[in-house]
Amino acid sequence: MQDVLDILTEIKPEFDFSDSSDFIADGMLDSFDIINLCDLLEEKYNVTIDGLDILPENFTSLNSIQSLIIKSKGESK
Amino acid sequence: MNIINLLEYFETTVNHNADKIAVRHNDTKIDFKELKNYSMKLGTYLSAMFKDSVNIPIAVFLPKEINIVIADLGIMYSSNHFVNLDVKTPIERINNILKTVKPMVIVTSSAYVANLTGLSIPLVIIDEIELHNVIIDDEVLLKKRSRLIDTDPFCIINTSGSTGTPKGVVLNHRSFIDFMNASGELFNFDGSEIIGSLSPVVFDIFEFELCMMMRNASELILLDAFLAAFPARLLECLVKNNVNFIFWVPSIMVNIANLGLLDKMELPNLRLVWFAGEVFPTKQFTMWYDKLPAAVFVNLYGPIEITLDCTYYIVKERPDENEPLPIGIPYKNTDIMILNDNNNICHIGEEGELCVRGSSLAMGYYNNLEKTMSSFVQNPLNTMYPELIYRTGDIAYLREDGNIIFKGRKDSLIKHMGYRIELGEIEHVVENDLKLVDYCCAVYNSEKREIVLFYENQDELSVGDFRKNIGRRLPSYMIPTEYIKLDVLPRNTNGKIDRLLLKDKINNM
Repeated sequence: MQDVLDILTEIKPEFDFSDSSDFIADGMLDSFDIINLCDLLEEKYNVTIDGLDILPENFTSLNSIQSLIIKSKGESK
Repeated sequence: MNIINLLEYFETTVNHNADKIAVRHNDTKIDFKELKNYSMKLGTYLSAMFKDSVNIPIAVFLPKEINIVIADLGIMYSSNHFVNLDVKTPIERINNILKTVKPMVIVTSSAYVANLTGLSIPLVIIDEIELHNVIIDDEVLLKKRSRLIDTDPFCIINTSGSTGTPKGVVLNHRSFIDFMNASGELFNFDGSEIIGSLSPVVFDIFEFELCMMMRNASELILLDAFLAAFPARLLECLVKNNVNFIFWVPSIMVNIANLGLLDKMELPNLRLVWFAGEVFPTKQFTMWYDKLPAAVFVNLYGPIEITLDCTYYIVKERPDENEPLPIGIPYKNTDIMILNDNNNICHIGEEGELCVRGSSLAMGYYNNLEKTMSSFVQNPLNTMYPELIYRTGDIAYLREDGNIIFKGRKDSLIKHMGYRIELGEIEHVVENDLKLVDYCCAVYNSEKREIVLFYENQDELSVGDFRKNIGRRLPSYMIPTEYIKLDVLPRNTNGKIDRLLLKDKINNM
């Protein structure tokens, strides 16, 4: 979880992601950020994120991003 | 029929399509007669506030929803022109725009009033003025409109300026009428178009979509900005709404292709795909081309200053993946002149600056005669009478088959995520407004598609410090991603920072 937070903070150091209950509703991640974030997550966790899973509900919180990584891990194997 | 004002199109359309849906946004929709009704009410309301005034800018601070369509058309009905503002842009930049444009009033909604506190410009809060109770004053509206001519402004579009202040491009009715007529002849629009509108309201593509609705009775599907980040959901929305026409910037289409979504999702309705604003890499383009064999793809080109686009290329055969897509041939009633450094027409294959001649030219930059006169200049090939051309600053050449090929820029203007950005504006904000560093130079890493800021300063600043501060002045798409401190920035012989050297450095790392 801390790793995901670190990656988010690396992309957008101006935001406090631990303080938001919905990253998308709070406008913290735009299309450019989502592409970057997916690249970094794929690299860090050695997974492939399916384009069909790049949906707003999978990027609202640390938990949802964590679940997405786990799901992607299962599918990448 | 000799049209003077785009509202004439709209009124004819409403007469024939009163009950047809004009605009949809999520679960809300409005038909043509209702849209006309509310727009005229707003036009009457604004006219009552400012009696006889015509041709005055009125700003609109609204997100992409049905209200902004009512606001834009209502302003047209008041015989003034609209200036759409981006609700996500930091207020300092909005202020800069307002200082230049000096709108008479800002149309907004109660949800956005808080963003506009401290301004001395009156607000019209569209959800609080009880629009339904306004009684339309036909006579006043028509009397005002009868004073207008076809070169009076339709809208102002703001674009990044190198001196730190955005430039407001003044676009008139005539040039939109011309573009819509020429497009209508080429593509036989008949009202069956369902347009997936993804452009921000501050892009000229949005104005094009409004014109499609007004002239051709096309239906607009307003797509929320956040969908650009979630291509799978975006494509779902297209299917759900039976969208058959999109006019998008290539960035998003490249992203869709790279994510493999074209293999995983069906787009059964798309039949017309326009794109402009950036170079569409041919590899990703062919993925779209192969996916939709029945669709017509059109590459358009043109800076805002010549009203939408001045050249087009209809893709008739599968392009070679190693060749760039041409920007094509000039639009009707437009002349493209590619001029070399001696201001002579380039021969075939010779690179030069793309210049435009025609009634598509904007009126100029609002309240900025100096900038206007440096870009809208006398046609160097005509020494006999005054005639303006627009110098785009784009480098292009004419290919043997008659198609024009775009090569790049003369200056430091870039296209990033579909936005047109003057790198000088970023530098101005960092050096002069925020005084974060002594000297800096922004360059574009075209492979990683990110803005890099080189800087010279005693102390090193953290990325967070940069981003936090710059984010107060500039919209997020203008904030550099990477920050590199150098002991000294390289200078050329004139003592100016050597941007080209830094650009090469970043693109060849």
